[in-house]
Amino acid sequence: MELQAVLMAAGGGSRMMDLTYNTPKPLLPVGNKPLIWYPLNLLERVGFEEVIVITTKEVQKMISTDPKVKLDVKMKLDLVCIQEDADMGTADALRHIQQKVKTDVLVVSCDLITDAALHEVVDLFRAHNATLSMLMSKAHEFTETVPGQKGKKKTGEQRDFVGVDGTGKRLLFMANEADLDEGVVIRKSIMRKHPRMHIKTGLVDAHLYCLKKSVVDFLADNKSISSIRGELVPYLVRKQFSKSTNSPKVIDETHQNLKKNDSNVNLEIQISSRDEELLHLTQERSCWNDHRGDMSDAYHGGRLRCYVHIMDEGICYRVNTLAAYIEANRLAPKLFDEPAVHPSAVVSERCLIGADSIIGASCQISDKTSIKRSTIGVSTTVREKVKVTNSIIMHGVTIEEGCNIQGSVICSNAVIGRGADIKYCLVGSAQRIEPDAERTNEVIVGTDQLMEI
Amino acid sequence: RGVPYQTVTLIHQSMVKRLPEHVQVDDPAVVKRLAKKLERQQIPLRSDYGYKVSLFSHLHQYSRKAPLTQLLSIPSTVIHPSIVRLGLQYSQGIVAGSNARSVALLHAFKQVIRDYTTPPNEELSRDLVNKLKPYISFLNQCRPLSASMGNAIKYIKKEISNIPSQCKEEEAKTKLLTCIDRYIEEKIVLAAKAISKYAIEKISDGDVILVYGYSSLVNNILCEAFEKSRKFRVIVVDSRPRLEGREALRRLVQRGISCTYVLISALSYILPEVSKVFLGAHALLANGYVMSRVGTSQIALVARTYNVPVLVCCETYKFCERVQTDSFVSNELDDPDDLMVTRKGKTQLENWQDVSSLGLLNLVYDVTPPDFVDLVITDLGMIPCTSVPVVLRVKNLDQ
Repeated sequence: MELQAVLMAAGGGSRMMDLTYNTPKPLLPVGNKPLIWYPLNLLERVGFEEVIVITTKEVQKMISTDPKVKLDVKMKLDLVCIQEDADMGTADALRHIQQKVKTDVLVVSCDLITDAALHEVVDLFRAHNATLSMLMSKAHEFTETVPGQKGKKKTGEQRDFVGVDGTGKRLLFMANEADLDEGVVIRKSIMRKHPRMHIKTGLVDAHLYCLKKSVVDFLADNKSISSIRGELVPYLVRKQFSKSTNSPKVIDETHQNLKKNDSNVNLEIQISSRDEELLHLTQERSCWNDHRGDMSDAYHGGRLRCYVHIMDEGICYRVNTLAAYIEANRLAPKLFDEPAVHPSAVVSERCLIGADSIIGASCQISDKTSIKRSTIGVSTTVREKVKVTNSIIMHGVTIEEGCNIQGSVICSNAVIGRGADIKYCLVGSAQRIEPDAERTNEVIVGTDQLMEI
Repeated sequence: RGVPYQTVTLIHQSMVKRLPEHVQVDDPAVVKRLAKKLERQQIPLRSDYGYKVSLFSHLHQYSRKAPLTQLLSIPSTVIHPSIVRLGLQYSQGIVAGSNARSVALLHAFKQVIRDYTTPPNEELSRDLVNKLKPYISFLNQCRPLSASMGNAIKYIKKEISNIPSQCKEEEAKTKLLTCIDRYIEEKIVLAAKAISKYAIEKISDGDVILVYGYSSLVNNILCEAFEKSRKFRVIVVDSRPRLEGREALRRLVQRGISCTYVLISALSYILPEVSKVFLGAHALLANGYVMSRVGTSQIALVARTYNVPVLVCCETYKFCERVQTDSFVSNELDDPDDLMVTRKGKTQLENWQDVSSLGLLNLVYDVTPPDFVDLVITDLGMIPCTSVPVVLRVKNLDQ
């Protein structure tokens, strides 16, 4: 077996609490499909046959019981549950399933929506025998107005500084603005080996990583690393240039320590050492070098290599903020070609449904409604003379007559009273908007989930 | 005259060989047959790229930007992962050079053999050979096989078929793994040592040696000679687009050998200084022709004009039974986009496909006639170029 897929679906969605306080993030509907469907579909399209899904008990229950959550994948899903309150980071979760990991892993996050060609990332991993290979994308500006955002958009979260070499594939430097005190500090050893470095900001990390099995084993021994993105990846990128890695220590040592428990210890170490000799002979005889201009061998003799594939065009979104969620809903229909209007929806003839709207199953759309650039969830009722523009309506919502909804997100089971005028609002789950209300740019959520600091 | 009619026809029948498929790409029937074969083996077909110069339209031309892996599933199940990795490394040029490719191939085969289990009701000797066939097709699609790789594959297939049927699986696998190790040790590592020993006799103090491109064997010889305290200097001749000479230069300078570096266009300028020319070979053909990196025949020709001795170094496992007198019939076309160069932000040939009368040709090999080669240094000794068929015949008798 070459690669095992691991899907991280236990995250809380801490940056969009208004959406996730009632629905766990992996099950948020995007284009009327649960968010977790997108990475699963990506893995299935590429050819994976089984996936290990790390998630919470709540999500597991909802997947197995709720009929609205249909995953529709043919792959075998191995669900591993962790406690919600255990505050496990992604690396902790990987450590948790260490026994199941038998080969190199491909770690994907449940909030990734992309049409990237995965073989580009995996080819870097294979061809250069890399320890880490990841996917990044040029960030696109979010054009849609985000409900509840007062004033101008913040200049964004802390920036990521990503340093790559001349080819744009080898990862040399990675740091987040939050971790840098005065400025970007680059070690001289890196500059000596790679005098030309391109530093990029404005890249979105797709949180898709190919990791060698020895990294998972390494995590088992180093319990202090808790997040893949925040700690493991910068650690590996730094370790490429550390002096101790140029002797077969750190990662290979732990690999051999684990092998001590096997009975065929000597044989395996013998095999791996003879194979190493052959690989060394190949590299010696091959006339390829990844850089030129200095006297060192290919890869500067380094044994730990990290690579990145940066997508120029194509869709790549991490749905972890409200703005990203709205943008994703806008683009989701391009990723699958199911009919925009679900066959089981009851749509009256005298309503205007724009070509870029999606109507979910079992909906009831009454006369004289106009739905443009919007997503209507499953089992939603839309009564007469309603105008819905640029909005996301989740499942089980009831919209009474004469409403006007623009640029808003209405969460599941909400009720919008008749004649209400909602502009750029976020209506929380199961909320009721009174008739003839006029709300603009507000976040309307229940009091029970406010102030959960 | 004097030869009976029947014998003549018999000779003719045994001589008639079918043309290999990879040199008949312009024949649609052959292409269809190849596509069917690949479909049966579940290997994706790699499509040709770009306009092919008409003289070479019978050869495949692939683009490096369209690897075969985009048509495969991740994780690969049909093809063993180490073979996929190898194919990628071939097509991207990470493993390049005849010796390196053979060693990498044998290394990957070792992994395949290690992970192999005989299905019930099958014999290892027959089933393993059948398992290797699609892998070889896959590698051929990634990059056409070299003569050395072909010989290595022939050897392995013979060893596998010779496994007796009562042999247990574990025993058979260990036997095969040791065979592979022994092959590499004998034919590549020890052969290199033997060739170095012979070649060092030919290097005298004060020599100016010209080498072309990167040949792992010639580099080996020069480094060993330097260690045995011979005093010489090296001129490295390089050519676009591969510019492999830079790597040869780096390795020689790293050892402390004084080198000069020129491009092939400066060859006749530099040759009056040269005392001997050492060339590596990709394969030695049965009629004495030397198949090597494109440009080698030019070097040999100009050296002959200046009366400089040309010595070709080649291990015997690269000897092949093919006969070629020109570089057209059987060659390899590399990615034409490699010829594009960006200087000061401008790439002149960027839209070469739009110009209907322009074709880019990136040849990889050429053949040098034996008249230009003075001596071939092999692990069996120093032989003239025309003795290659003798060596082949002796090898065949051995087997």
